[in-house]
Amino acid sequence: MADVATVGRDSAQRSGRAASQHPGRSHRAWVPYAYLAPALVLYGLFLLVPLARAGQFSLFEWDGLGASTFVGLENYATVLQDERLRSAFGHALVLVFFYAILPLCIGLVLAAILARARVRGLGFFRTVIFLPQVIAMVVVAVTWRQIYAPDGPLNGFLRLVGLDALTTAWLGDYTWTLPAVGLIGTWVSTGLVTVLLMAGMSRVPLELYEAARLDGAGPVREFFALTLPAIRGEIAVALTLTIVAALKTFDLVYVTTGGGPGTSTTVPSYEVYRRAFELGQVGEATAIGITLTIVVFAITAAVNRIGDRS
Amino acid sequence: MRVSRLEVSANYLILAVFALIVLGPLGLILSLALGPQSASVGREGRALHWENFAEAWEIGRFGQYMLTSVTVAVVVVVASVLVSILAGYALGTMRFRGATFFFYLFLLGIMVPTEAFIVPLYFDLRLLGLTNTIWGVALPQIAMSIAFGTYWMRTYFRSASRSLMDAARLDGAGSMRILWQVLVPNARPAITTLVLLVFMWTWNEFLVPLVMSPSGEVRTAPLGLAFFQGQYTQGTALLAAGAVMVALPVVVLYIFLQRHFLKGMLEGVSAH
Repeated sequence: MADVATVGRDSAQRSGRAASQHPGRSHRAWVPYAYLAPALVLYGLFLLVPLARAGQFSLFEWDGLGASTFVGLENYATVLQDERLRSAFGHALVLVFFYAILPLCIGLVLAAILARARVRGLGFFRTVIFLPQVIAMVVVAVTWRQIYAPDGPLNGFLRLVGLDALTTAWLGDYTWTLPAVGLIGTWVSTGLVTVLLMAGMSRVPLELYEAARLDGAGPVREFFALTLPAIRGEIAVALTLTIVAALKTFDLVYVTTGGGPGTSTTVPSYEVYRRAFELGQVGEATAIGITLTIVVFAITAAVNRIGDRS
Repeated sequence: MRVSRLEVSANYLILAVFALIVLGPLGLILSLALGPQSASVGREGRALHWENFAEAWEIGRFGQYMLTSVTVAVVVVVASVLVSILAGYALGTMRFRGATFFFYLFLLGIMVPTEAFIVPLYFDLRLLGLTNTIWGVALPQIAMSIAFGTYWMRTYFRSASRSLMDAARLDGAGSMRILWQVLVPNARPAITTLVLLVFMWTWNEFLVPLVMSPSGEVRTAPLGLAFFQGQYTQGTALLAAGAVMVALPVVVLYIFLQRHFLKGMLEGVSAH
């Protein structure tokens, strides 16, 4: 192995600085690459190469077994035109509301209330509301299927309070299944968002609130004038994380609804899986995957631009 | 800050309500897991039915699935963390041509959704005979974890003490010795966080094992649970017991080491 003690000798001579100022400039230039190599090889072979291959696959029509035919951008045209795929991307946007927007609203109110008064037990509360983030989505899905079951606790509760008219098969109804699945996402992400926002708000100096209150600012003005601008970065991070999670939803739909009833809860990730491994439409599946990636990157960039503007 | 009594009580009420919303569903699954399997068993009158776990372990084959999960998780954690330490060391402490490029290349891997590359990966690994093996399930997750791990370790090593490294260098230590004897011992908290995060992600992963083992030979615990749900439609006790077992390892780690989870998930995310 190369010797870092000799590192920076040549650059030190040039600049006249101490060798230690350039800890990495080795006269054996290959050393850093040797450290990088194992990571690059594994990462390259099992992520970058398949990603490039996905671009290639998406230009062909292939059933996964026989010969493939070059079709150019036809698969992408399908993504834009196919009714089922359009609705899959539409559902993903609905899920964005439930995974990202709704938790952000709840989280903002919750964090703002908790930032005003230092109550005891905040640490315990944080531990609890963050808990859904570490539980396997399959477990979450199995749990909520029980809650939503026709004779499950949710309908039981509605009957108990006399709202029998509202009871329904929550995961078998064309209108209610997508929101029902979305609310599971809300249950999962609200804790993450709230904890992030609480961390951001705790960095706002208390004196600022004191001053604002001496100036006669009420809680609402205090929130919009003081708190909100201070936590713009946290909001951007929270939105990025939850929006990406919403767009990538797979396990939840796979376990709770399988895309049904009909196509009412199918999402892009589920269509990737279904087309590649159940229908033998490999080219289309990869085109959906690439399109999804582009959407994810575009939304991430847009949200971060808004976050940086502060 | 002075806040009225009323507001403080209202705050406690809000805390309690939200904590209950989170804990309610978890309490439900736990009570189902400990409940009677059928009404006739329920009439025996015992309060807690621990035998559900034993039966799910045997009949539901959760024992086998958990073992597969442990194997996959150990392979992924060991390989990706080791390799990430090396790569993060290079990117965090050394200057070389292309360093910035490689950094962004790894960042790309944090953001790319699995759906984008899993399909070609499956067909290529099938050609190599790696599907339906531990390696087929582990290698893609190693690659995904390396993207985050390298980013995480680079961030740590960049902030690591320069003077410590310089002192070791003056003592004539080589780059390998500086890494393992000076930097890594100090990096233990950062590495622990990384190990826990990678373990959690691997343990909870669904799409990769689903795709990479279509025959079900390498079935991890979350997959076992999903398929168990499809097979045993009557009686929820065993299903619930299985769900509790799948969630338990990560939840226990979280309860005891939550600082690491919160730090990792909240700071690590700035990669986005």
